[in-house]
Amino acid sequence: MIKTYDILETIRMIQNECLDIRTITMGISLLDCIDADIDRACDKVYKKITTKAKDLVRVGEEIEKELGIPIINKRLSVTPIAIVSAACGCSPVPFAKAMDKAAKDVNVNLIGGYSALVQKGFSAGDLELIKSIPEALSVTERVCSSVNVGSTKTGINLDACKLMGSIIKQSAEMTVDKACFGAAKLVVFCNAVEDNPFMAGAFHGVGEPDCMINVGVSGPGVVRAALAKYPDADITQISDIIKKTSFKITRVGQLVGTMASKRLGVPFGIVDLSLAPTPAVGDSVAHILEEIGLEQCGTHGTTATLALLNDAVKKGGVMACSSIGGLSGAFIPVSEDAGMIDAARSGVLSIEKLEAMTAVCSVGLDMIVVPGDTTADTLAAIIADEAAIGMVNSKTTAVRVIPAIGKQVGEELDWGGLFGCGPVMPLKKASASKFINRGGQIPAPLHSLKN
Amino acid sequence: MNGKERLIDVRAVVAVIGKDAVGILAKVATKCAEYNANVIEVSQSVLEDIFAMTMLVDISRLNTEFSALVDDLSAMGRSMGLEIHTMHEDIFNVMHEI
Repeated sequence: MIKTYDILETIRMIQNECLDIRTITMGISLLDCIDADIDRACDKVYKKITTKAKDLVRVGEEIEKELGIPIINKRLSVTPIAIVSAACGCSPVPFAKAMDKAAKDVNVNLIGGYSALVQKGFSAGDLELIKSIPEALSVTERVCSSVNVGSTKTGINLDACKLMGSIIKQSAEMTVDKACFGAAKLVVFCNAVEDNPFMAGAFHGVGEPDCMINVGVSGPGVVRAALAKYPDADITQISDIIKKTSFKITRVGQLVGTMASKRLGVPFGIVDLSLAPTPAVGDSVAHILEEIGLEQCGTHGTTATLALLNDAVKKGGVMACSSIGGLSGAFIPVSEDAGMIDAARSGVLSIEKLEAMTAVCSVGLDMIVVPGDTTADTLAAIIADEAAIGMVNSKTTAVRVIPAIGKQVGEELDWGGLFGCGPVMPLKKASASKFINRGGQIPAPLHSLKN
Repeated sequence: MNGKERLIDVRAVVAVIGKDAVGILAKVATKCAEYNANVIEVSQSVLEDIFAMTMLVDISRLNTEFSALVDDLSAMGRSMGLEIHTMHEDIFNVMHEI
C-alpha cells in the first residue's frame, strides 16, 4: 500500500499549498474551415469547435472529482485566425465572435488563437487581423489574441513591433470601462510556441495534429512549502528539492493529460512545466525566490535565484512526463502573483529588473500595468527590447503590458480573479520614436562566436 | 511510463484526518459497504500531530458513481469534525513512485 506519509503529503499539497492543474487546453485545427465566404467559414469554425470540445469541461470535472485535485481552467486554442481568415479578404472580427460564442457554449473560460505570425513580414490576412484586434477584444469576452513579431531564425519585424505598440494602446482604450482588460488578452511574442496551453498566448500551430490535449501544471506554493522545511540547505540542495517537487507536480499533470486524452479520444500532446502563480495567498513565484533568501523579489539576486528555480523545475519535470512543450519555465506575471504585486507596489521590483528576469525564465514582461499616457512608440520599443532578448537567447519571450488609460504611477488596475491587480509601474520618459519609425527587419543573430 | 496500465486500476484511497475518536473506522467502513466498496487495507497512525487513517478500497463494483461516494464520505467527515478525502489511488502512485 502507498505510505501514509505520501498520502498525507499529497493531500496537504492540494489542500494547503494550492497544488492544482492550471489548465487542460484542447488545441483544435481550423484549417479545414477555410472558406472565401466569411459567414460560411465562421459557421464551420463554430461547428468544429463545439463538436470537438463538447465534452472537454465534463471530462475535466470528472477527472477533478476522481483524483481529488482541482483543474482550474478548461480552455481552447485554435489555428491562428489570420491563416483561416486570409481567403475572406475582409475584417476577421466575425471569427472572433464565432470563437467567443463557441467558447461560451462549451463552457470554457478562454479561447486563444486570434493570432498572426508575422516575424518575417505580413502575408494575406495578417494586417487585417492585427488591425482588427482592438475591436475583436472589445466585442468578445473570452477570446485571446497573440502576434509573433520575431524569431531567432528570422530576426525581428520592426514594422510589426511598431504596429503592435499602437494596437496594445487601442485595445486598452477600447476597454476603459473594463479596466483596460482588452490589453490583458493580447500577447506579443518572439519565438512563439505552437503547443502552449497557457493564455493569453495559446494558439494551435499549423504543425500540430487536428486536435490535441495539452496540460499546464502549477504549484509555486508546493515548491515554497518544500523549501521552507530546509532553511539551512545550501543552494545545490535547494535545486534538488525543487527538482523533486517539480517531478511530483508534473507527474500529476501527466496523469491528468493521459486520462483526459483517453476519455476524449484525442491525442495527448505535452505537459507545460511552467510554475504558474495566482494572486491567491500561497501561490506565488516571488515568494519562492524570497524563501530562497531575498528580502523581496526584485532586489539584487533575483535574476540568479530565478535562473536556478527555472532550471530546476525543468530538470525535475523532464523525467516526470513523456512529452514536454509549451513555455515550460517559471512565469512572472506581475498582477497574477501576490509577491510580485507587493514588490511592484513597494518599488523594489522595476520593469528593468523584470526585463532582466525574462532573460532566464519563461516568458516575458507579463501582466505589467504601465501609465495610460505611454506612447505607442514606447510600447513598441518595449516589445522590441523583449523580442531582442528572445531572439538572441533562442527562447520564447513575450510582452503583455496594459496601459492604464487615465491613470498614473501610484494608481492601480484591478481585474479580480486569476488576473489579479497591478500597480502602474513607471517607464522611462525619453523617446525611442526615431528607432521604431525606421521600420524594416532586425536581422537574425549570428549563432557562433557567442560571447 | 505505465500510465495506461494504471488507468485500469480501480482502487481508491480514503484518507481520514483529524482528532481520534471511538468508532471512526467502523463508520467509514460501513459507509464504504453501503456503496459496495470493498476495504482492502487499513493503516492508522499519528503523524505531525494529527491522527490519520488511510484505507485502500476496491471501487470496481460500486453500486453508484464514484463521485457520490466521495461526496458522502466527505459530508460524513464534516459531521464528525474530520476531514475525509477520497481519491483515486493513481494520483498517489504517480507522485510517489518513479
